Amino acid sequence: MSAQYPDDLFYTKDHEWARIEDRDGTKVATIGVTRFAVEQLGDVTQVDLPKEGESVKQAEVFGSVESVKAVSDLFAPLTGKVVKVNSPLSDSPEYVNEDPYDEGWMIQVAVSNAKELDALLDAEAYQAFLREQAE
Amino acid sequence: MVDFGGWEMPVSYPTGILEEHRATRTAIGLFDVCHMGEVHFLGAGAAATVQRLVTNDVARLENGRAFYTVACLPSGGIVDDLIVYRLQPDHYVAVVNASNIDKDVDWFQEHRGAGCDIQDRSESTGLIAFQGPAALQTLQPLTSFPLERLRTFSIATDVTIGGLPAWIARTGYTGEDGFEIFCAAQDAAPLWEKLVDAAGKVGGKPVGLGARDTLRLEARLPLYGNDLSDETTPLEAGLGWVVKLDGEDFIGRDALRAQAATGVARKLTGFVMTERGIARHGYPIHEADGAAVGAVTSGSPAPTLNQNVGLGYVPTRLSATGTKLWIDCRGKRVAAEVVSGPFYKRAKRGES
Repeated sequence: MSAQYPDDLFYTKDHEWARIEDRDGTKVATIGVTRFAVEQLGDVTQVDLPKEGESVKQAEVFGSVESVKAVSDLFAPLTGKVVKVNSPLSDSPEYVNEDPYDEGWMIQVAVSNAKELDALLDAEAYQAFLREQAE
Repeated sequence: MVDFGGWEMPVSYPTGILEEHRATRTAIGLFDVCHMGEVHFLGAGAAATVQRLVTNDVARLENGRAFYTVACLPSGGIVDDLIVYRLQPDHYVAVVNASNIDKDVDWFQEHRGAGCDIQDRSESTGLIAFQGPAALQTLQPLTSFPLERLRTFSIATDVTIGGLPAWIARTGYTGEDGFEIFCAAQDAAPLWEKLVDAAGKVGGKPVGLGARDTLRLEARLPLYGNDLSDETTPLEAGLGWVVKLDGEDFIGRDALRAQAATGVARKLTGFVMTERGIARHGYPIHEADGAAVGAVTSGSPAPTLNQNVGLGYVPTRLSATGTKLWIDCRGKRVAAEVVSGPFYKRAKRGES
């Protein structure tokens, strides 16, 4: 069981997370949805993602996730080109529920503008945001 | 929790919709349906009033028996779908949808005949559904009433469950064998606890609104407000089997006779998605040449079948089994195919 909101991730108010790695001078962001999102969605039955090579833009829709009850848009935390897609999710969407921060990751993006990270929340700020929303 | 007609109800309990769905198909699902309405028709004129209000043939109901039916407007549009139980020749009970209770009671009162008293006992009545292949064997130890003798669409009154007075009906909304248990509102919580304990021992679980919807959709049981409304008729909805056009008169019969004579222009049609996509309520339905021909009224994954299924009204010519349809899933056309009958049908008792 991974942490509810790991400290090493960046978060959006739309409940996505991004894990940043440096690869040969390029920042690569692995992107998924948070534990809170998963709890709200319930059982995920389908995940629709962009293809490798496509571009995503910060705060814009990059895909959707279908649960038994509803469909929800996914919003990109950062702008960049998709370098990898978690293709096992198409057959095993339940990974999103079971392990949202690891096996349930969705896409990896080569970040085109690292300054955009400033717009994201750290784990503490994200949890403060969740508490605020719950009130 | 969501607000459902003024009742706080869970979409799912902590185990989640898929697990609740599976538990109901393999063991037992428990449903707190206290929100549903119970309307009593009492007196020598009860049968005549019920007959005026519903499309099915009240005369064929014996004591302790029930039928599924609809109440219609003069236009043939559906006021509500309901189950009518005959307890005594002068006592009928209609179980109606929670969101329609006030509307229904007003409509029933407006068309009440002589010698009939109509009482809305929804507030004082609790209702728990106990559904699934293990329902009978699990409920039996809690009551001295021999459940095996209770036929489908029958009701036994004056029984006790776990020491609490109750009525037991062999009815439900899941496509499984099972029971609906009526009790006094104040007994609902203690009875619920007893039933949850008993069901838990065989893998049964409380089920929220989410799985209630996927279970009924797999069994192709319509939902009022989605698949049925005052603008759809029972003939369009595929409920012709509960409409007795040649029996006693009822409100809406003339309109339905006329519609039966000309044939319905559209039909509530079941489909399975043949491409990747999930149909949702309100998504447009297109035919092969691209024109929009209708809309999805219910749609979701069918967990037992591992398919995505739905219902929607389409022109009658497009309702034949095997017809290709396209569902507009948020701007993307996804192929579907018309299927007939329930998406899921349980094995009959004795089969496996």
